[in-house]
Amino acid sequence: MNTILLAFDLALFLEKLILIAVIIFASLGIALYTTFAERKVAALLQDRSGPNRVGPFGLFQPFADGLKLLMKEEIIPNTSNKFLFILGPFMAMTAALMTCAVIPWGNQVEMFGRTIQLQIADINIGVLYVFGVVSLGVYGMLIGGWASNNKFSLMAALRGASQAISYELAMGLSLIALLMLTGSLSMKTIVEQQMDSYWNILYQPLGFLIFIICVFAECNRTPFDLPEAENELNFGYHQEYSSMKLGFYLFAEYIHMFIGSAVMSTLYFGGYDVPFLDESTLSSNVAALVGIASLMAKIVFFLFLFMWVRWTIPRFRYDQLMNLGWKSLIPLALFNMLLTGALILAKSGL
Amino acid sequence: MLWTNFLMNVSTASNTAVDYFPIGIQLIFAVGFVATMIGVSALIGPKRQTSDKLQSFESGIESVGNARQPMAIKYFLVAILFVLFDVEVIFFYPYAINFRDLGWNGFFAVLMFVSLFLAGFIYIIKKGALKWED
Amino acid sequence: MSITEILFWFLSALALVGALMVVLSRNPVHSVLWLVATFFAISGHYILMNAQFLAIVNIIVYAGAIMVLFLFVIMLMNLNSEAEPRKSWMMQLAGVLAGGCFMMVLVSLVRQTAELGGKTALVKEGNIGLIKQLGMKLFSEYTVPFEISSVLFLSAMVGAVVIGKKD
Repeated sequence: MNTILLAFDLALFLEKLILIAVIIFASLGIALYTTFAERKVAALLQDRSGPNRVGPFGLFQPFADGLKLLMKEEIIPNTSNKFLFILGPFMAMTAALMTCAVIPWGNQVEMFGRTIQLQIADINIGVLYVFGVVSLGVYGMLIGGWASNNKFSLMAALRGASQAISYELAMGLSLIALLMLTGSLSMKTIVEQQMDSYWNILYQPLGFLIFIICVFAECNRTPFDLPEAENELNFGYHQEYSSMKLGFYLFAEYIHMFIGSAVMSTLYFGGYDVPFLDESTLSSNVAALVGIASLMAKIVFFLFLFMWVRWTIPRFRYDQLMNLGWKSLIPLALFNMLLTGALILAKSGL
Repeated sequence: MLWTNFLMNVSTASNTAVDYFPIGIQLIFAVGFVATMIGVSALIGPKRQTSDKLQSFESGIESVGNARQPMAIKYFLVAILFVLFDVEVIFFYPYAINFRDLGWNGFFAVLMFVSLFLAGFIYIIKKGALKWED
Repeated sequence: MSITEILFWFLSALALVGALMVVLSRNPVHSVLWLVATFFAISGHYILMNAQFLAIVNIIVYAGAIMVLFLFVIMLMNLNSEAEPRKSWMMQLAGVLAGGCFMMVLVSLVRQTAELGGKTALVKEGNIGLIKQLGMKLFSEYTVPFEISSVLFLSAMVGAVVIGKKD
């Protein structure tokens, strides 16, 4: 075996470790503040003032909520399967934290005499990696719902898993049309291509529409929050959970929203690209900062869209949800794929 | 090997297994973080457990039996169709990457694949396998 | 030992332990989870061989789709009955026969690998496992098997509907 090529040095290891820690804790912090923003946006749309007691404008509210979840009593029902009961939220949260590995948060910064890529891993199959981790997110829900040994939980888990897997198909198909344009699965390459020309949304409006609907469904957000439909299923698949295990299920949902927004911005809205700005005129560090700010602005917009939709559109019925996923989105995504392929081939005149 | 050489490899998208090292580190980090947090919350939370508290909650009504019961077959059908469709979707990925080089020949090959796929899809819908309301 | 070797032995051990636990676990859900762990170990091996596309497809299709189907089936079943129903001796005989056939295939496979002795596997290098090269081969040399596989999918869909839909 080749010993040299897989050897790695301490400096790179530390660099990656710090980057991972920063990104994971940043996404946790953003998830925390998304819960706060959610309540504030809800208040805005319903003409209320929202949480405003903890700290100025209620800004410390998410910390109070997080601390409360951490310090609550841990309850594991007698009839449940204890090991799997703990494994459920564990898997849900781990899967949520793994998605951010392939997203390019900016180009690169120069620090301490090193060039640091603002991406944890630039792998050849970045888009498929996201797809794979998303497909593993189902386990947390299924295992948790089943291990609770509660009829409501089981029902919600089966519903949620069926929903997730159904929309995964349309999501995968809508991405293929995008990949025909880019010809690469690496997220970084996709962003760089958009920096040189136009954003992909201009070429793939239908594909993006399908993709965003699927992201909403994968995140279990209204109008597709069937697994948590409280008028039918009490509280959904996590209703037997308490303390941090419940917290992780809720957190995982918000991290999925954050990462989903980041993926949408990266694939369709140019990622860290700033429109009408030539980044090569700036120094590398300034360009990186501007890029991160640009990506964050796009993410915040999508997060706001998630909340806006939540308080605007009522919940689907389960048969409507399945019909939309299977009978509308999958044929539409297939059509979009073939149309894109035919158009590109006709244009290049082969 | 010097780390400078190594960095050059990374920054030019080396397409080798080395690219996956950070993902391994992240997996260890994420698993460690989640396990620690669950452990900490189990340690610092109060523990006053009563038999009522440990029952499964079914809207306050005394629960009958348990949840290890057979469920609707529709979910199974959705899952098995998902497996089939997922494999088909995966087939399109290598095509999408190469599709400019393959030209119209590749396109017609995929068109034929898609039409058989659609034939199966129409059969499923006509048979009512995806009909949720009985 | 280099890191590659450490990873190789770790992943091999994980794959073997996982596969053993699939058979030894009493709870079917545990079996499924061990099988998922085994698939992850195998994907790790693929990555060591730089077969990146196969690694991720192994995760998406096997761990993300087929194992979810297994979980669904287990959850849809009635697991209340404490004791397994006694199978008739015909069933047991059929089981032994099927297992024996599989054993023979395995043994012959292992015997074939004896020819590989002294050769080294392609580790970490080579491009054939990358999506670009794989796709090129699939859609140029192997177009006919690719089309035939769609017929296979069609028959699988029909089979699933016929079994799942009783009317």
